[in-house]
Amino acid sequence: MARQANKPGLLFSGSDWDFGKLSRAYEAIEALAIEELHLDIYPVQMEIISSQQMLDAYSSVGMPLMYRHWSFGKHFLYQDLLYRKGGRGLAYELVINSNPCIVYLMEENTMALQALVTAHAALGHNHFFKNNHLFRQWTDAGAILSYLDFAKSYITRCEERHGLAAVEAILDAAHALMEQGVFRYRRPPKLSSERQREGLRERLEYEERSYNDLWRTLPSAQESKKADGVDARMAERKKSLNLPEENLLYFLEKNSLILEPWQREIVRIVRIIAQYFYPQRQTQVMNEGCATFVHYTLMNMLFDRDRISEGAMLEILRNHSNVISQPAYDDPRFSGINPYALGLDMMQDIQRMSIEPTAEDRDWFPDIAGHGNWREVLLEAWANHRDESFIRQYLSPSLIRKWRLFVLADGADKPHFEVASIHNERGYDKIRAALANSYDIGANRPDIQVIDVDLLGDRQLRLQHRVKDGIVLDEGSRDSTLRHVRNLWGYEVSLVAVDAQTGTVIHERSTSQIAE
Amino acid sequence: MPIFIDRRLNPKDKSLGNRQRFLRRAREELKRSIRDQIRSGRIADVDAEHAVPMPERGTTEPSFNDNKASGNRQHILPGNRHFAPGDLIPKPGQGSGARAPGNKVSEDDFRFVLSREEVLELFFEDLELPDLVKLNLKEIHAFKPRRAGFAATGSPTNISVGRTMRNSHGRRIALRRPKQQELDAIIQEIATLESEPAGAATRQRIATLREELERLERRRRRIAFVDPVDIRFNRFDARPIPNANAVMFCLMDVSGSMGEREKDLAKRFFVLLHLFLKRRYERTEIVFIRHTHEAHEVDEDTFFYNTQSGGTIVSTALDEMHRIIGERYPAAEWNIYAAQASDGDNFATDSERCIKFLDGKLMRLCQYFAYVEIIDEREAHIFRATENGTSLWRAYSTVEAKWPNFQMSRIATPADIYPVFRRLFARQPAVRKSA
Repeated sequence: MARQANKPGLLFSGSDWDFGKLSRAYEAIEALAIEELHLDIYPVQMEIISSQQMLDAYSSVGMPLMYRHWSFGKHFLYQDLLYRKGGRGLAYELVINSNPCIVYLMEENTMALQALVTAHAALGHNHFFKNNHLFRQWTDAGAILSYLDFAKSYITRCEERHGLAAVEAILDAAHALMEQGVFRYRRPPKLSSERQREGLRERLEYEERSYNDLWRTLPSAQESKKADGVDARMAERKKSLNLPEENLLYFLEKNSLILEPWQREIVRIVRIIAQYFYPQRQTQVMNEGCATFVHYTLMNMLFDRDRISEGAMLEILRNHSNVISQPAYDDPRFSGINPYALGLDMMQDIQRMSIEPTAEDRDWFPDIAGHGNWREVLLEAWANHRDESFIRQYLSPSLIRKWRLFVLADGADKPHFEVASIHNERGYDKIRAALANSYDIGANRPDIQVIDVDLLGDRQLRLQHRVKDGIVLDEGSRDSTLRHVRNLWGYEVSLVAVDAQTGTVIHERSTSQIAE
Repeated sequence: MPIFIDRRLNPKDKSLGNRQRFLRRAREELKRSIRDQIRSGRIADVDAEHAVPMPERGTTEPSFNDNKASGNRQHILPGNRHFAPGDLIPKPGQGSGARAPGNKVSEDDFRFVLSREEVLELFFEDLELPDLVKLNLKEIHAFKPRRAGFAATGSPTNISVGRTMRNSHGRRIALRRPKQQELDAIIQEIATLESEPAGAATRQRIATLREELERLERRRRRIAFVDPVDIRFNRFDARPIPNANAVMFCLMDVSGSMGEREKDLAKRFFVLLHLFLKRRYERTEIVFIRHTHEAHEVDEDTFFYNTQSGGTIVSTALDEMHRIIGERYPAAEWNIYAAQASDGDNFATDSERCIKFLDGKLMRLCQYFAYVEIIDEREAHIFRATENGTSLWRAYSTVEAKWPNFQMSRIATPADIYPVFRRLFARQPAVRKSA
């Protein structure tokens, strides 16, 4: 050990860290990452925190600044209990999608761990946040911290002015709808008036060019439509409110009949935070996979260049293999698919296929098999995919065999699970599609939209739940959530469950049926 | 170069505000569990942390969620060893997924710890204590700094000059710092040599002397007169202000007429007195005396939970108390407090004896004697107004008139308890001054 400590090239020796070592390790890792992996990152801000502060961050959805709410206190109590009982260790790091990228390091980590975590979070996650299209499109890393700062002080001011209870009531209701408070699709931007005139002119020109006197002889469509004026009025109404609307919080914020301006602003704050986290929920496998792949590759490179001692490398590998362990389905430790393991394995698989492809790989992935430059393939995948599309695109038969994946069909009314597909020639496609679907948040979360509201009539807000595969809502939480919607809307709210395939109404529930 | 920020120095308890909001929301349920714990726990344990179950009402966070027991879904699992397509696997029990319903602690079903302050806050809620009193009870100890040797760190105002100079002196000797006298002697010699006629030997001598002088001066500059390593500070220890001992006598009638409600009120009454005493005295002991037609010293469990049948003769309890004071708690060394709870029933001729006994012996020994008579809530408004009452009440009224440290009250709800102690708390400032 003493002999090793004296080796000139080592970044650090011993297990204690200090700021000098951290900084030296970061610089070496960053240089390697940019040179060898061509990563592109935000500047990094590393913050050393204690376990107590890590728990604080856990309970306020991982953000350094957050407004106050009782539910965060409850989560803190829960996390604190688990941690104290030893039921769960704390993460070694936490990283925030911001510019500069903030990385929290736990003070208890050894120096080897700090190096690992630096490569994982400060480079892996950081690169992903900066380059993945979902984050580029939906989040503004430069503004999130100042926005949270604004949100916190705004809500504090509201509490002072309107009282804790009033603010809490709005936050409770808005939190209940956070899942339904995101835009899943971007709307086309509004055309400027110049562009509109341009479009009009083009259309007229086109009509002139393609004029044919024969069209005049056709009967006009107007007359047949006149009959259902009610339908037309309803269509008009829906159009004016931009219905149907999938973002309930957005709809309530803009159209609620009873909210005061400050209440709308609070709903908006919750909505914006929900939207900020939406890309992270869609890219769990990729994000963790990217970070794990980066730290594993970089640490090995450093070790190969004698910058890390054998002792430190052993510690790093031990932690690495803990993180990526994937027990089989019948193992008592099994708790679903480990995103770290799946992500890393898929990315290493891509690396393998581009360097030494088998005949099967050439069949399945003609574009990347034998491509040669795995860095380029991975950078491309990291930039352009989310979990669902990544799996659909890149999950290879050899990985399906390695994991021995299989699909169980589970019908609620059947006494048995049925094994639908296993890792064989017929199953590969189906397993891949099923796994990809299971990561499609848009398809897995209940699809609830605002379909109608009669502002001139009884002002009832009508929501529609499109029931896929017969999966209905849990009744207890549905009723209490509907009550929250009514609190924001101010008038009666009803939820109709409609089968997505057949369009038949399964049941309807209105707040007037729910006892207080 | 990344930016490093050491957040460990930030103020702690960032989530305290969230915790307070949560506790306020769950207040009613928490109050109930604290009340249950106080009812079943020991008097002295009230003043500590308590673990309470997570309240159910008002703390759930609903959202639209799938019903796990409906519809068709697919599970994708790793680690297939022997399944082939088309195999049927019976579902485990009532569980609805292949991910067997874990027996993990659900986020809504766990116990957490309330701090001492929070427990007291909840305990005080019905008692309607004035804020100043609450503050007083929650305050832990008064401390007084006491000299406790020396320390190498401290604030400049605490520098111990004597000790610092002693260290400096030792260091100067050890490092052979040239003394002023030595320098003076050399300067003197140079002066005398220079005044003499110059010869080669003299010049030589002057040169060596100057060299020597310069060396010494350099050395003096290098070895400081007082170096930071010499500095010592007076160290102070925060010692709790020494308080005398107190003993608290809990007297209670346990005859059949004292039911569950009466005992619960009596317990709160005792707890409050105990909290107060614990705040003021370093050591507080509790003696439980229960009586029917005869009195016994018992432990806390027996005191609150065992029933005993018999008539009611209050003076036996006073007798027993007097005997225990004589045996174990000499009035010169102990501050004696007594709290008596009863429903007011007494054997007719016994009340006279009680008056005599209190008047003649006990009140002289006691700092304070508090008596509560627990009455039915329905009778409360009748009894409040009149001086009439049970025989014990009438008898004690005469004692109250005579002794300022005797307090009595009829209580029907928890809010009635505090007035009994009002005078006790009002005297607080005077006591603090003497301490």
